[in-house]
Amino acid sequence: MDVTINHSPAAALFTKTLTHSGLWSAVVSRGKTLRLTALEAGANVGVLLYNAAVPSERYNLPDTLKGQHIFYLRHPFCLHSDMGRVLASITADTVGWHDTVCGASDAKLVKTKYGGVNYQAARNDFQRNARDSFVIELAKWGLGARDLVPNLNLFSKVVADEAGRLSFVSSHARAGDLIELRFEMDTLVVLNTCQHPLDPDPQYHPREVRLEVFRTLPVGADDACRKSRPENERAFVNTENYIALRTA
Amino acid sequence: MTTSSLSPRTAVYRHVIPAGDPWTHEIKRGQTLRIVDVEGNQAADTLFYDAHDPSNRYSASDTIQRQAALYLSTGTRLISTLGDELLTIVADTCGRHDTLGGACSRESNTMRYSFDKEYMHACRDSFICGVHAWRPELGKRDIGPNINFFMNVPVTPDGQLTFADGVSAPGCYVELRAERDVVCVISNCPQLNNPCNAYNPTPVEVLVWDA
Repeated sequence: MDVTINHSPAAALFTKTLTHSGLWSAVVSRGKTLRLTALEAGANVGVLLYNAAVPSERYNLPDTLKGQHIFYLRHPFCLHSDMGRVLASITADTVGWHDTVCGASDAKLVKTKYGGVNYQAARNDFQRNARDSFVIELAKWGLGARDLVPNLNLFSKVVADEAGRLSFVSSHARAGDLIELRFEMDTLVVLNTCQHPLDPDPQYHPREVRLEVFRTLPVGADDACRKSRPENERAFVNTENYIALRTA
Repeated sequence: MTTSSLSPRTAVYRHVIPAGDPWTHEIKRGQTLRIVDVEGNQAADTLFYDAHDPSNRYSASDTIQRQAALYLSTGTRLISTLGDELLTIVADTCGRHDTLGGACSRESNTMRYSFDKEYMHACRDSFICGVHAWRPELGKRDIGPNINFFMNVPVTPDGQLTFADGVSAPGCYVELRAERDVVCVISNCPQLNNPCNAYNPTPVEVLVWDA
């Protein structure tokens, strides 16, 4: 898979490495790019995206899939909101397949699969789950369980057979794999590195992931993501109209 | 394919939902809801909520994850955002129902088809009216990805997704047993821009039986 690097070679304006089952949330403004790099093989990053100004607008799984006639995410596809607009574009991707239909682990799954080791027993090696991690970070922005929707599972691959039965593909992401999300709107990003809910690995083992944010160039008319589908071109126009009306 | 032994004569509730209309109704734990595709190839866009906690609502991804399966049919447990079983599909003469395609909206119609489709009636507007009929304080924030009963959205092993002609036919039905008190909101889909309704939206009928 070719890597497309659209950001300037300047240093990242923000860098953070998530260790353990790392949680993170931040508003990343339009024009910036978030690069996520798997520092270990087998990483998974669960991600939810919201319009930072009006968070009732959020990443929408069905519109993202049906607008682009896809079942999984990769460059040059876009992440659509539920308002006909683009929250972010996948501008670089060394992986080629990211799940977005399988959702997040919860406390029951983590207890069943890994034992549910608590903080008292393991200190900061305790076992978090993805749903609670989402809710914890959402709460810091005035949101909560009411705002849970199907998330991205970056770096993870799940395939379907003709009957719709799903299989998790192990050893999908390698150490050093990366994906870049260029934000087309000011976006609240909520993420964690809990394992994929269908990962059959019996070991509780969240992988380290590095986050970097870069300032990127304005999107040109010939942008690969914008041009990847006529639906995306129209969603970009919708996004630009929204921003033109909102900004001074 | 699983047929039901329930007779419409013993139903405690019957209602025909015209195409383009919302419908909101509480289904008590143990009651059975049947949705009938009266004329065939109609998409019934459906949401479920815990009747006592609207933040605990149907979740497409939790349902897919729990079953490790994309399509819904007899035996599928409908799972909520908080991991609870809301209902179980107990009969199905259609064979396959979608939960990836979501609902149409006037906004997504501009993205999917063209800007001049924006005026056309769409499921999300019906959903907004449908949840308001239950609790006026609810809004778009409370409307997650739904089930499309009778709709066929096949995914290929290489990851393509298409909207295919329905596998449903006149009189096909799906039946669900409520595992807790739930509120059901249906938008009987008005979409005219793709084959989900065979370009001809038609009524669906809903029936409820006591346990």
